[in-house]
Amino acid sequence: MLDSPTWSFIPLKNKKMFQRVKLYHFFSSFILQLGEVGLLLVKILKNLFRRPWEKKIFIQQLEEIGVRSLAVVSLTAAFGGLVFGLQTYVGFHRYIGPGSETYGGPIISLGLCKELIPILVGLMVAGRVGSAMAAEIGTMKITEQIDALFTLGADPTRYLVVPRILASLIMLPFLTVYGDLIGIAGGFFYNVYLMGVNRVLYIRNTLLYIEIWDVISGLIKAAAFGLIIALIGCWQGLRAEGGAEGVGRATTQTVVIASISIVIANFFLSKALPADLGI
Amino acid sequence: MIRIIDLYKSFGQKKVLQGVNLQVNQGETLVVIGQSGSGKSVLIKHILGLLRPDKGKIFIDGVEVTRLRDDELRKITRRFGMLFQGTALFDSMTVGQNVSFGLERYSNFSLEKIQELVKENLAKVGLQGIENLMPYQLSGGMRKRVALARAIAYSPDIILYDEPSTGIDPIRADAINDLIIRMKQELNVTNLVITHDMVSAYKVADKIAMLYDGRIIEVGTPEEIRNTENPVVQQFTHGRAKGPIKNW
Repeated sequence: MLDSPTWSFIPLKNKKMFQRVKLYHFFSSFILQLGEVGLLLVKILKNLFRRPWEKKIFIQQLEEIGVRSLAVVSLTAAFGGLVFGLQTYVGFHRYIGPGSETYGGPIISLGLCKELIPILVGLMVAGRVGSAMAAEIGTMKITEQIDALFTLGADPTRYLVVPRILASLIMLPFLTVYGDLIGIAGGFFYNVYLMGVNRVLYIRNTLLYIEIWDVISGLIKAAAFGLIIALIGCWQGLRAEGGAEGVGRATTQTVVIASISIVIANFFLSKALPADLGI
Repeated sequence: MIRIIDLYKSFGQKKVLQGVNLQVNQGETLVVIGQSGSGKSVLIKHILGLLRPDKGKIFIDGVEVTRLRDDELRKITRRFGMLFQGTALFDSMTVGQNVSFGLERYSNFSLEKIQELVKENLAKVGLQGIENLMPYQLSGGMRKRVALARAIAYSPDIILYDEPSTGIDPIRADAINDLIIRMKQELNVTNLVITHDMVSAYKVADKIAMLYDGRIIEVGTPEEIRNTENPVVQQFTHGRAKGPIKNW
């Protein structure tokens, strides 16, 4: 899409200059790619409310992103909850003393809802759906199907990208709520059924200390991750070139860039979102 | 009428089009010939607005398409049917959905009427009863014909063919040639055909233009091209490895 600059005119006198050129190349291509994503985002915003709405593709994507991710989210959330339950139990038992494990409930729920489940769901969906988006759109790009869409009266951004972005924005929070429930159940199962923690106190403490904002802040993060995954998947697909190799590269790049972006965005969102609403 | 004036396009260091001038009149079939990689497909993509030129203008019936925004351009693309070199069939859709895609967007026909037109257009290219098949279930030649049915389904008045006879047997290729001629005669459609196949070019063309080195080096009737003195055109039309064209 955007050509790399030609460096042949630069006399490479020494290693230092070569490194400087490489560094300059890295930053210039980073800025260019950031610009491409920005332009795609502007196109998406322009097309968001324009008719015709591609309802069929939107519903297909809801199923693809949401329903078909349930199995993988169930597994990761369950084991995430179990291992979180395990470590919390160990922590309370060792450092506070026997009997204090019932306070693990709210900590497990807080950690899962605010951090672990949104991140796990984001990473799982990035691997499963983001890569599929890049592969599908990339294949369409190299086989001229995107050009065909244009000639047959469909705006490729409106037809391919907008439904995926919307579906991803909607389904990630749903998957996160589902993952929260499974994860909390996993933590509960480990503490109450495997380690014999008092069930009533465990539930009472959980309900006493967990706040609705803890869940909502996790859902806000999930929606942001949904946007990141779909945006990167579609962008990589649209810039794929060079045959099967190009599609493979776009798919890998999507998983790498989306995963890194999710982890980085998670930190900034955790910092930006208030710990509680202070009500 | 399509008018291309002084069109330039480069990809990085590679200069593909270097001042193309060409005119296709209403109801005429113009065949553009040239080597692989000479920029024929790039030229056609400029006409459709899929690529923007570095310099130069393209007019469709007096409207300069090179300056139009994407949404304005989409109104003009209604007039074009395009047969892509690799067919570009949507592989997530059935044959019927592929053929009806443009009809659904470009017309207000009822579902029944659209289905009827899908059948009618598939029949025009010699295909019947395959509406529910997926593109991967078809042979190369069938895919090409489905793509052609899709391109003509919404009755465009300009049809662009990118290598229509590549990948199909000579009999089917000739049937497609007949269809190109019939579309022009019955519906007064303007055809722009890109091909290597000189048999096909001589059969369907009113005029033939040769693209070489980024420019149109010769335009003429099939007869004029057949008898040209230009050694480059001669080498190409006779399919000779020896001659002024060295970079093959």
